Amino acid sequence: MSWTTADPMVSLKDVHKSFGELKVLNGVSLDVMKGDVICIIGPSGSGKSTLIRCINALNDIQQGSILVEGQEVNDPKVDKLELRKKVGMVFQQYNLFPHKTALQNVMMAPVRVLKQDKVKVEEVARALIKKVRLEGKENAYPGELSGGQQQRVAIARSLAMQPDVILFDEVTAALDPETVGEVLQTIKDLAEDGMTCILVTHEMAFAREVADHIYFTDRGVIVEHGPPETFFQNAQDPRTKEFLSQIL
Amino acid sequence: MEMVYEWFRTLYQETGINLPFLYDEYDRNRMIDGLFTTIKLSLVCLFFSIIIGVIGAWLQGSSFKWTRRFVSGYIQLFRNTPPLVQLYFFYFAIGTLLPRVENDWGGQSPIFGSFAWAAISLSFFAGAFNVEIFRSGIEAVPKSTVEAAEALGFSKLQIYRDITLPLAFRVVLPALNNNLVNLVKTTTLAYAIAVPEMLYEANQIWSDNVNVTEMMVFLLLAYFVLVGILVSGMNRWERAMKIPGYG
Ligand SMILES: Nc1ncnc2c1ncn2[C@@H]1O[C@H](COP(=O)(O)OP(=O)(O)OP(=O)(O)O)[C@@H](O)[C@H]1O
Ligand SMILES: [Mg+2]
Repeated sequence: MSWTTADPMVSLKDVHKSFGELKVLNGVSLDVMKGDVICIIGPSGSGKSTLIRCINALNDIQQGSILVEGQEVNDPKVDKLELRKKVGMVFQQYNLFPHKTALQNVMMAPVRVLKQDKVKVEEVARALIKKVRLEGKENAYPGELSGGQQQRVAIARSLAMQPDVILFDEVTAALDPETVGEVLQTIKDLAEDGMTCILVTHEMAFAREVADHIYFTDRGVIVEHGPPETFFQNAQDPRTKEFLSQIL
Repeated sequence: MEMVYEWFRTLYQETGINLPFLYDEYDRNRMIDGLFTTIKLSLVCLFFSIIIGVIGAWLQGSSFKWTRRFVSGYIQLFRNTPPLVQLYFFYFAIGTLLPRVENDWGGQSPIFGSFAWAAISLSFFAGAFNVEIFRSGIEAVPKSTVEAAEALGFSKLQIYRDITLPLAFRVVLPALNNNLVNLVKTTTLAYAIAVPEMLYEANQIWSDNVNVTEMMVFLLLAYFVLVGILVSGMNRWERAMKIPGYG
């Protein structure tokens, strides 16, 4: 049975994850369809980062199933390269390669990992840098860029691999308030282009605007979820209500 | 040139300060050979000790316990024994155990001559320190940077070659610089197994000319200049590798 776009692009079923004794995920299930933008919110330490890091196998899981385009991730024999070609990731701390320029950062993975032709990759990379509105910064090193600019390079770097889905882990949390907007705008552009996005975020206004579906996690379980309108107006669970009252 | 040679000949005649390699062609060639042997030995050892350092540091990050133990055993052995003893060990213990090969004149000669043994021995000696130096640099590379590369699909080897090593290199250049300076100075030990390097040739000259003082002064200056050139080269390299806005 092969995967079609009628099936969820990412599908988690009863995922359990612990670090030694510490149980971090206690049976998480969620489905993401192609083109969906989902936001995961929840208190600090509730396992949001762990959850999305399991999707591209940066963390392994003890129990349950994670399917990415029908391919099981929770399998020791999984081809991580194939998986990571499909799943991009953007981190809170940008994690650019500090010894490479913005352009080189974007070009590196397609050239090294996908073994694509350098001239073509450069063309694509320049277009991506333009797309994240960083024209003119091609030859700047990460240390010469602001946090927001670095994060947009990181987004371009991820896009250069032409992933089918991108994971965003609190990508604006380390930014100055003035630069948050430019990064969110970049993500919004992507979402409008139909990119499948899984976001962990504390930006509620943004989540409400771009998300197709919101998931609220606490202590390793999904407490409540729904489309933004119902989620924000009619939260049922007391934990959700308390969290929203603190953050809004 | 002739004038310079003449000047030193006169200097000797007038004052007794004897620098025969500056006016006598035979001694001059000996000294030049010595200088080039020292440079060649240094470069060969620099190169291989860095290779050993890079590979050793990679193996130390291996998930196999025995690979890691083997590398630490190597480091301990070469760090905790005198380099002269190592040199003798390679030349006299291992060198005599190896089979001999027929040479051009139909006689028997060892596979490796004294130069090769000095190169092997000193490369392992400096390499042991280089492994530790690179290891410390690798540990200074943030785990999150490596993770970003993993998430992009880089293999372990690609991460080491393209991310970890270039970043580690920049961190450890001062320490590496130090160790390589030590290495160049340690090449004088090759004298003990008759490698015709600078110290050895100087010895030959002072035996013939009884001018120990002059030769010692010259040797000291020659090494001073040689190491000075290495240090300034390394410093220039350090500056060239500097990343704008980083470190
Ligand atoms: N590599 C690890 N080893 C051990 N424990 C870990 C590890 N990574 C995370 N944890 C623990 O797992 C729990 C969940 O962490 P996680 O980073 O997923 O939370 P989070 O919801 O992303 O929090 P935040 O909003 O602060 O980023 C925390 O208690 C954390 O200490
Ligand atoms: Mg987190």
